Amino acid sequence: MQDRPEIDIEKLAVLARIELTGEEKTALSAQVADILGFFQKLQEVDVSGITPMAHPFEAAAPLREDVPADPWAASRSLANAPASRDNQVVVPKVVEDA
Amino acid sequence: MPEYEAVIGLEVHVQLKTASKMFTDAPAGFGQPPNSLTNAVVMGLPGTLPVLNQGAIEQAIKFGLIFDSEIPELFQWDRKNYFYPDSPKNYQLTQKDAPVCIGGEVEIELAGASRNLAGEHKVIHLDHAHLEEDVGKLTHFATDSLVDYNRAGTPLLEIVTKPDLHSAEEAVALLQSIRMHLTSAGVSDCDMEKGQMRCDANVSVRPVGQEELNPRAEMKNLNSITGVKNAISYEIRRQARVYEKGGTVAQETRRWDADAGRTTSMRSKEEAHDYRYFPDPDLLPVHFPRHRIEELKAELPENVFDLQRRYESEYGLPYTLTSVICYDHELARYFEAAMVVYDKNPKALANYVANELQRERSQAEGDGYLPMEQVRLSPRNLAGLVRLIDEGKLTKQLAKEVIVDMFQGGDPAEAVMEARGIKPVQQDSGQLEEWCRAAVAGNAVAAQQVRDGNDKAINSFIGPVMKASRGTANPQAVREMLQKIISEG
Repeated sequence: MQDRPEIDIEKLAVLARIELTGEEKTALSAQVADILGFFQKLQEVDVSGITPMAHPFEAAAPLREDVPADPWAASRSLANAPASRDNQVVVPKVVEDA
Repeated sequence: MPEYEAVIGLEVHVQLKTASKMFTDAPAGFGQPPNSLTNAVVMGLPGTLPVLNQGAIEQAIKFGLIFDSEIPELFQWDRKNYFYPDSPKNYQLTQKDAPVCIGGEVEIELAGASRNLAGEHKVIHLDHAHLEEDVGKLTHFATDSLVDYNRAGTPLLEIVTKPDLHSAEEAVALLQSIRMHLTSAGVSDCDMEKGQMRCDANVSVRPVGQEELNPRAEMKNLNSITGVKNAISYEIRRQARVYEKGGTVAQETRRWDADAGRTTSMRSKEEAHDYRYFPDPDLLPVHFPRHRIEELKAELPENVFDLQRRYESEYGLPYTLTSVICYDHELARYFEAAMVVYDKNPKALANYVANELQRERSQAEGDGYLPMEQVRLSPRNLAGLVRLIDEGKLTKQLAKEVIVDMFQGGDPAEAVMEARGIKPVQQDSGQLEEWCRAAVAGNAVAAQQVRDGNDKAINSFIGPVMKASRGTANPQAVREMLQKIISEG
């Protein structure tokens, strides 16, 4: 078994938009490291000559004809929004990321 | 001081023309009331699953067929994860590793020395084009932002070029070529004002002769042709100046500020680009049937530049006409339809389409052109008008008046002539001779000039004869009759 991989738990938390306590960080760091350890084990298997698989089943995606159905009324789509105005979802002022 | 050359690659997003969205059957559209083109899938509600739109896939494949991309046996879907209110489910479905179109070539035409002259043609190579879903639209206010998800889920094709472009003009020519071909094939309307075509540009500058590429600036959301041109021109000059002063260019994202006419650095956190792609577990890969690809190929119209070359070689049409007709698929269809009715004089027909029809369309509309679907002058009737002229039954002079009424009312030329009291061109040579003799008798000086070898002097008789005939004489017949009478002395 190789060394346990380094985990940047702070960065993962930011990417997942979750807030972690110091205790949780410690616990999750260990768990994520274990998970990555399993993958390291898998990576030891020789897969040369095997075509990468896109999906476990052989089946191909069913396609839908390009025919529109009735959309939802705006009021229905907005029902879950904490706030709405002019039939739009109100969100805190956001500056576009790069 | 070394000379610098720019190396440019574009990422062009085009919305595919479909009736419904990419992964659900909510209608796709523009200009509708906010959040009226939504459903549970568009809103990213828990438990919803995507179902692929065959029409969108076919439009993407058509793109690949137009530009000679390879269409792989299998393509698949990935999740691009990020948190932003434009995407309710916090990821965008896209194709990272197995896109629908691989490679390809786009023929472009650079601007000629003048509008009447063809420009240089080049081939720009494509890296790939992949399918994804568009996102919602945010409107920013002083203290909050509003989100409209009408655009979310619209099929979007991202076209990625190789770094084959070397100037702002080439980048613009590429966009124009993509737009011409995709509108012609009905793949996209490519209206930049409606956001149906958007462009990011990667620009780097290096000394001429240097092999390796320098760091590049990525410019996002260049949303007009002028914006693309100005932003790239500015960025090339900016980077060259940095190198001239001995500095280094940072690899970064820059925003084009159209009002200030410059690009500025967009400070971004490093993790903004960490999208943690992974294969989408809700969607199976697509095995698109080969026979259907052949059917789609058969549906495609002729490539725009091939059409232009054919019109020039087969019909002898000049660039001034083909650059108007071929570059506008509606005019090309119109011309083709007229040619089906009457193919004896392509040049005259093309002239009427490119000049008279376009002039009437622009006069009928305050700003721009009357939409083709509202034009009442049919290709059949225009062909009929040209036929009448060719048969000598209507003079070109009178045709200029007749076509105005044809455009207004949609009637055939004969009906307009009757309504206006225009008689078919005078075929009675006795009557014609009478008018010509009267004209010659009325201007002995000019008659003598013709006899003395001044060919142009004959023109002074044509006006009076046309007037006497009230425009019904055939000018060529008049000219011949006048020559005969004058030479008889």
